[in-house]
Amino acid sequence: MTAPNHKWRQCKDVLMQIITLACAILVITPLILVFYHLITQGFSSLNLNFFTHLPKALGEKGGGMANAIVGTFVLICEAAVVGVPIGVLGGVYLSEYGGTKFNWWIRFAADILNGVPSITWGVVVYGLMVVPMHGGSALSGGVVLGMMMIPLVMRTTEEVLQLVPGGYREAALALGISQWKTIVQIVIRTALKGIVTGVLLALARIAGETAPLLFTAFGNLGWAHSLKEPIAAMPLQIYLYATGPYEDWHRQAWAGALVLLLLVLVINIGVRFLTRDRFQQKI
Amino acid sequence: MADNQNNSAALNIKNLSVFFGKNHAVKNVSLDIAARAVTAIIGPSGCGKSTFLRAINRMHELNPDVRMEGEIKLFGDDIYSKGVEAVVVRRRVGMVFQKSNPFPTMSINENVTVGLRLNGIRDKKILSERTEQSLRMAALWDEVKDRLHAPAISLSGGQQQRLCIARALAVQPEVLLMDEPASALDPLATSKIEGLILQLKKDFTIVIVTHNMQQAARVSDFTAFFYIGELVEFDATTKIFTSPSKKQTEDYVTGRFG
Repeated sequence: MTAPNHKWRQCKDVLMQIITLACAILVITPLILVFYHLITQGFSSLNLNFFTHLPKALGEKGGGMANAIVGTFVLICEAAVVGVPIGVLGGVYLSEYGGTKFNWWIRFAADILNGVPSITWGVVVYGLMVVPMHGGSALSGGVVLGMMMIPLVMRTTEEVLQLVPGGYREAALALGISQWKTIVQIVIRTALKGIVTGVLLALARIAGETAPLLFTAFGNLGWAHSLKEPIAAMPLQIYLYATGPYEDWHRQAWAGALVLLLLVLVINIGVRFLTRDRFQQKI
Repeated sequence: MADNQNNSAALNIKNLSVFFGKNHAVKNVSLDIAARAVTAIIGPSGCGKSTFLRAINRMHELNPDVRMEGEIKLFGDDIYSKGVEAVVVRRRVGMVFQKSNPFPTMSINENVTVGLRLNGIRDKKILSERTEQSLRMAALWDEVKDRLHAPAISLSGGQQQRLCIARALAVQPEVLLMDEPASALDPLATSKIEGLILQLKKDFTIVIVTHNMQQAARVSDFTAFFYIGELVEFDATTKIFTSPSKKQTEDYVTGRFG
């Protein structure tokens, strides 16, 4: 009992599978190459000095990126302070309050902002903060990264809140719990993992941003002593070293890229651990 | 609780109409619901039963397209008068839904006390007393007393629904609205819920919407038959099921349509 063209159909089936598999491999190849290069090139240049020392003067060997590592942490924290509350609360508004028409416009605006090239953000904050303050600063660097986070966090927050079944909201309201307590204690709590994941993705994205920082944080070969001074950041340092003429700089750039990648990885794993479902093991 | 106009009535509903946009979902319904008794609302799908039920604790206000007319008095208090907050009404009129919905982030214990805790009661002694009392009333205590801190969603479907009843009882409402509370449960779990309803009516006024006519006959003292938004007949359950005065009611309860 064989249908006509049975062989040919089987053949097409296998062919299709091979094509999709090839594409899937193509997708992950760059990722593997990046990892491979970063680890082989960067790992050998990583040592304690890299984490504890400042960059050496031009042409001198050795030194590290301590200031850039701290600078990136400072910028990420500043960005989180600006971006997370506004983004999350904006997402809560979109999901839980607001009229259909008004929300449509906000969503539309957020989606456009998500597509704005990062260098544009840099120029905007350059005009808003750097020019009036007569110079780049850690503050303007954090603000620009925070502003980039807002539409990202807002949309992901809205999406995960929408996934919370309406029955939970009704159940809470039917107990005579006020709307804001229902939102905070029931809806947000149920969706917390998704919100944190959205914030993480946004943080991971801005952690590697370079272009907006060129206009705002300016970079610094030493320590920034206040938020009003220019501050070093790993992407900036990597950019400077990778495009420079010295072999030693190139090696440090590889090491920097590796550390930046590991940093994003560590944040991800850490927060995932903290927000793991408290009932997961017990069930 | 205010003056009782009608000694035995928990709710006096007068000329209640509910509109969804242009759709007139509940049409000029008037009835009195007896205190400490079970009133069943029956009728085919889309007849306005659930809408009627949700008007009693102002749940329909969550939908901005809904408009209502008429008057509902809860032990003499007009629940729609200006200055009466929906939140306060809902503390006096609890609700149990068709689909059991214990909060998945909370334990059994936390689910029962959530209404109290989020309304500002922190006293551990009161909370644990109320937990036991509510779970006992919901006939769930013996099954869960050794694992109060286990996740609520680890319970079976029938237990989850009884947990939701315990959660509603913990805030000590005067009226309990049940919107097809057993329609998603197996026969055994259903009979437990029905036994529970008969127990609860000693302390609470219960209004239950049901698709199951046998259920209405088994648990209720009074039955209201709704058809396309109108209250066709309202009487003692035995009367409705044995000698209804309207032909339409008779056709429905005998299974000739619906």
